[in-house]
Amino acid sequence: MGAENSPKTLYDKIWDSRCVKNYDDGTSLIYINRHILHEVSSAQAFEGLRDSGRQPWRRESVIATPDHNVPTTERELGIDGIRDDVSRIQVKALDDNCREFDLRQFGLNDTRQGIVHVIAPEQGLTLPGMTVVCGDSHTSTHGALAALGVGIGTSEVEHVLATQCLLQRKARNMLIEINGELGTGVTAKDVVLYVIGQIGTAAGTGCTIEFAGSTIRALTMEGRMTVCNMAIEVGARAGLVAFDDVTAAYVKGRPHAPAGEQWQQAIDHWRNLHSDAGAHFDEIFRFDAADIRPQVTWGTSPEMVAPVDALVPDPDVQKDAGRASDYRAALEYMGLQASQPLTSINVDRVFIGSCTNSRIEDIRAVAAVVEGKKLASTVKQGLVVPGSGLVKRQAEKEGLDLIIKAAGFEWREPGCSMCLGMNADQLQPGEHSASTSNRNFVGRQGIGGRTHLVSPAMAAAAAIAGHFVDISKGGW
Amino acid sequence: MQAFIRHTGKVIPLDRANVDTDALLPKQYLKSISKFGFADWLFDDFRYLDPGDVNTDTSSRRLNPDFVLNKPGFEGGSVLLSRANFGCGSSREHAVWALRDYGIRVVLASSFADIFYNNCFKNGILPLALPVEKISQLFQLCKDSESLELTVDLENCQIRISESETWSFTIDAGRRENLLTGRDEIAVTLLQSDVIRQFESHLQQREPWAF
Ligand code: SF4
Repeated sequence: MGAENSPKTLYDKIWDSRCVKNYDDGTSLIYINRHILHEVSSAQAFEGLRDSGRQPWRRESVIATPDHNVPTTERELGIDGIRDDVSRIQVKALDDNCREFDLRQFGLNDTRQGIVHVIAPEQGLTLPGMTVVCGDSHTSTHGALAALGVGIGTSEVEHVLATQCLLQRKARNMLIEINGELGTGVTAKDVVLYVIGQIGTAAGTGCTIEFAGSTIRALTMEGRMTVCNMAIEVGARAGLVAFDDVTAAYVKGRPHAPAGEQWQQAIDHWRNLHSDAGAHFDEIFRFDAADIRPQVTWGTSPEMVAPVDALVPDPDVQKDAGRASDYRAALEYMGLQASQPLTSINVDRVFIGSCTNSRIEDIRAVAAVVEGKKLASTVKQGLVVPGSGLVKRQAEKEGLDLIIKAAGFEWREPGCSMCLGMNADQLQPGEHSASTSNRNFVGRQGIGGRTHLVSPAMAAAAAIAGHFVDISKGGW
Repeated sequence: MQAFIRHTGKVIPLDRANVDTDALLPKQYLKSISKFGFADWLFDDFRYLDPGDVNTDTSSRRLNPDFVLNKPGFEGGSVLLSRANFGCGSSREHAVWALRDYGIRVVLASSFADIFYNNCFKNGILPLALPVEKISQLFQLCKDSESLELTVDLENCQIRISESETWSFTIDAGRRENLLTGRDEIAVTLLQSDVIRQFESHLQQREPWAF
């Protein structure tokens, strides 16, 4: 750690402002402002609290909501209406635990319920400069608000509940700078997929990544959340974007945002949430927005990605033997031929949702593409799953649901849904999806399922065409 | 948590990079609300030929004879050997519980994903990152011998491969201490309660909106 007045990165600043204690071995106790809980990674943490007779340190810091395996239909029946026994037990356990420990929950039938990483920013529960944890790897999403969002395991969930602190070793600073204007049809999702393709899924291990540059500055808050969301896909611990007017405009007026006199105080404080000129980054990558085309993943890792107008790579021409065998295995699983055009891949199901792309802007992008069109007859299902009850309500207010339904899509209740297929929304073996989620691992969306990660507009266009299309061309 | 001081065990070679937590424990098993009982589902997709979930009777499932855990000679193995970026993907600690319940005490790889690495230390498993060459050497040794047994000595930070070959390794002092003693990390942090409280009240004055 540098001297007090040496230039600091944004990460250094948040870290220093939340550091309670440094231990001799290089680990530190970091104070946590916001703790988000969901049904899958919390039950065992509560069990631990009970076993040791401990209580939550600061109840007000906690917000809980069920999202990972809630059904996206038939919500009116509440928890008892969840048909899958194990899912019901888990959602009920969260409900019971919140009651027992007196914690705030947006329950299954609350309009504020939704995906953890969508609802906290939406409610102003994530604010600039905060430390945010959740037992979920995509907690990096919150970095879009210049907050330090860190995904943690269940033992750490228990640790934070009991102590309000997380034991961490400071990560290294990485800067990813993207400059220039994005082309037609190129979105935040394409930016982050492109970056992952360029640097690989392990490049960020042990790092906190700050995304900067004019391209990032020009993104909306939703777009920045999409980018930070996938920081974890390069192995980073967290992603960050500096505070600016876009951040301020997004936060202002949210239910838990400061108001009145405190708002001005907060703004003055938040203005400092950027990296100082001359701050040291351990690693720097720079990209040009003009090089980025709409992206499609063709393999079983997010780094296996290419521009939509490219061909599926040929494993035989890969120089690295390990890479060649990874590519071969991926193509076999995906049922693809080397050198086949990505636009020749037919899709069976289309999933629009997940903490990467389920915010209002994403739903608008989908509606804009599908308006007045119909799902291709070969596409078995088009699912649109809003990220929260409030996103759903807003979309309905704008009439987007009607456009989407008229095009033949199903309009669902909020949750993680087919992002990980823990509920009934799953791919069947061999099926290809165009998915706006963040992971295309083997079996992620259902056993034998073949996931292609794309932006919302690209997913919507694939649903209409029946195969991937280049939305930067031909009037999409 | 079970303490870890010294462990001798058979090596299970899993020769792939980027072993993710979905592979370690597929999502259908995340529905359990217990912290134990995940052993039969470790590497579920690789291990069985037919699909399963929490309600499936494991004994009725067909084993994949090509997967290392099912190969003769690897029964009772407790040292898992793999390659780069082990444990990437979701934060699910269930993946570590599955390893622990199966009896794995040590994971050797050339690198680990962050959250997975942390999770291991909370559950009495030692994840050791070794240089790529050492990992390759171990894979070679596994190929050359029927079964490779080694000893990991955390007290002295050494791996004993054979009578004549011992490697040393380095590891965070705090993490090492936690494993050696099996101590309750929360209790250790709570010793700092006063410091935390003081910090909290200062922060609250500085940034009242964050509370
Ligand atoms: S939407 Fe997907 S990635 Fe996001 S929290 Fe839910 S399961 Fe995780």
